[in-house]
Amino acid sequence: MTQPADAELAIETRELTKRFGSQTAVNSVDLAVPLGSVFGFLGPNGSGKTTSIRMMLGLIAPTSGSVRILGRESPADLAGILPRVGALVEGPAFAPFLTGSQNLARLDSADPLASTRTRSARVAAALDRVGLAHAAGKKVHAYSLGMKQRLGLANTFLMPRELLVLDEPTNGLDPQGTREVRNLVRSLADEGTTVFVSSHLLAEIEQMCTHAAVMSAGRLVAQGTLDELRSVGIARVELTTPDVGAACAVLATLGLLPEAYVADAAHLVTAPLTGDRRPAAHEMVAALVAAGVRVDSFVIQESSLEDRFVALTGEGFEIVQ
Amino acid sequence: MSAAPPRRLGLALLGTEICVLFQRKRTWAMLLALAAVPVLIAIAVRISSSPRPGRGPAFLDQVSQNGLFVAVTGLVVAIPLFLPLTVGVVAGDTIAGEASNGMLRYLLIAPAGRVRLLWVKYVAAAVFCVAATLTVVIAGLLIGLILFPVGDVTLLSGDTITVAEAIPRFLAIAAYVTVSLLGLSAIGLFFSTLTDVPVGAMAATIVLAVVSQILGALPQLDWLHPWLFSTYWLGFTDILRQPVSWESFGDNALLQGGYILVFGALAYGRFLTKDILS
Ligand SMILES: Nc1ncnc2c1ncn2[C@@H]1O[C@H](COP(=O)(O)OP(=O)(O)OP(=O)(O)O)[C@@H](O)[C@H]1O
Ligand SMILES: [Mg+2]
Repeated sequence: MTQPADAELAIETRELTKRFGSQTAVNSVDLAVPLGSVFGFLGPNGSGKTTSIRMMLGLIAPTSGSVRILGRESPADLAGILPRVGALVEGPAFAPFLTGSQNLARLDSADPLASTRTRSARVAAALDRVGLAHAAGKKVHAYSLGMKQRLGLANTFLMPRELLVLDEPTNGLDPQGTREVRNLVRSLADEGTTVFVSSHLLAEIEQMCTHAAVMSAGRLVAQGTLDELRSVGIARVELTTPDVGAACAVLATLGLLPEAYVADAAHLVTAPLTGDRRPAAHEMVAALVAAGVRVDSFVIQESSLEDRFVALTGEGFEIVQ
Repeated sequence: MSAAPPRRLGLALLGTEICVLFQRKRTWAMLLALAAVPVLIAIAVRISSSPRPGRGPAFLDQVSQNGLFVAVTGLVVAIPLFLPLTVGVVAGDTIAGEASNGMLRYLLIAPAGRVRLLWVKYVAAAVFCVAATLTVVIAGLLIGLILFPVGDVTLLSGDTITVAEAIPRFLAIAAYVTVSLLGLSAIGLFFSTLTDVPVGAMAATIVLAVVSQILGALPQLDWLHPWLFSTYWLGFTDILRQPVSWESFGDNALLQGGYILVFGALAYGRFLTKDILS
């Protein structure tokens, strides 16, 4: 198969916009998801993640803007795109009166490129991969939430895919299931599959993604590699010592702006480490020890994705309309 | 990357759709209810004194002389309400049923393809029409054989044919009734693309079938009658004449074909651009 010229991006949207009546659910979003990345799609509830995913997969038509998936235009060339994409959109959904394996076989038969001959073997392998082999013959209405979620994941593994789009894949999973999903995503990424995963669980994104984008109220407010996203935030030095005054003086001579907190037994000194005022850790420790400061603990707190996320999307708990 | 042409038509999907249809308890419950129609008629005739000619549904007075007429009487009774009811349930469920449990999005991502999914769903509904009609006919023939004498069939024209000659006519009647239900199935398919609530599409389809028959019974509206999809529903009795009059079969097929085209096109136009938000 010939690769189109600009195929380095697995997903590329240009000014993608969707309006529902007067409400703009997705507002002029320019996403660029590199091939081979594990891309985290972050955003608070109602920020437009699922709506964007639905447009990428051709389930809903954009109000304006365009989407390219694996180098092909969506929705014009959906028939060329979808067989190469596995997706979990807004939770799993299955016919409750069919068993897990019947449901998968049914979805597989809808794929024109899936071979009838290998169907039952592929269904069994996919069920095995998500740990559902023993529940394969059970009707889906008797599945728990997490079992349905696993079945939804199994559906994306029926055929080899170049791109996986997973909308909140760990929703409803137990800790083992969550860890298993992380491992699955990693192993798929190692095989070269691009994984686009939406979530609002920051720790999870931090653990498995190479890139991320942040949505807020329908707009894309940041995207890049995880390091790029984090680096915008501010790292801090934090140390505990009984000699608070001396420690502050030493840090001040190194060009920092220390603050001291004295509460009960803990004497905490902290200072922001910004670009031009960032002495190396060993310099600071050496200076502190040389000045006779008794250091009980010393940490450099790198800025977390969470700080960045909250900075970008706001502290408020209310859904932004 | 080239799939064999038949697979592009979605024959694999059609196969699983038909299996899924007959894996549902609901389908079997409806077929059982349809089978009960001729059975109840036969039992009622059997335990009562023979009805006077001219009362009750057509052919009822013939049942006690010839058990084969149970099947025909069963169809006469079932076609105004019971058959449209079951067909309305199946056709109204086609797209809306998938939308309501969220499976529609996974079928489309699979990718079933919107056009392919639509025609596969329609063909599956048509297969149900065949099954529903045959259920009434076969249940009627069986119970007729058990409860009544079976012999040469006296036709509406007064001629008599043997049982062997009668069987193809019964199959032709089953075909006629199946064709009669195809237009209604297309209407149900269209309604099903309009909503994510299957019960709504089912109810609308069934109500329309009843309304069409009521309009067909009003002489003031006779200009409208040739356009009603229920106009020829009871015309299958023409097959019980000698020689067979195929005219109403042809008119019916043409009318139903027209309904399939119009409502198929409407369903296509609606479903192809529909936002799948369920
Ligand atoms: N069918 C619809 N009609 C009207 N508005 C809608 C519809 N679907 C979504 N919206 C609106 O679009 C916005 C984005 O919704 P979306 O489902 O994309 O959010 P999300 O980021 O996936 O949220 P969550 O984290 O809760 O899954 C919301 O404000 C929502 O109210
Ligand atoms: Mg969502």
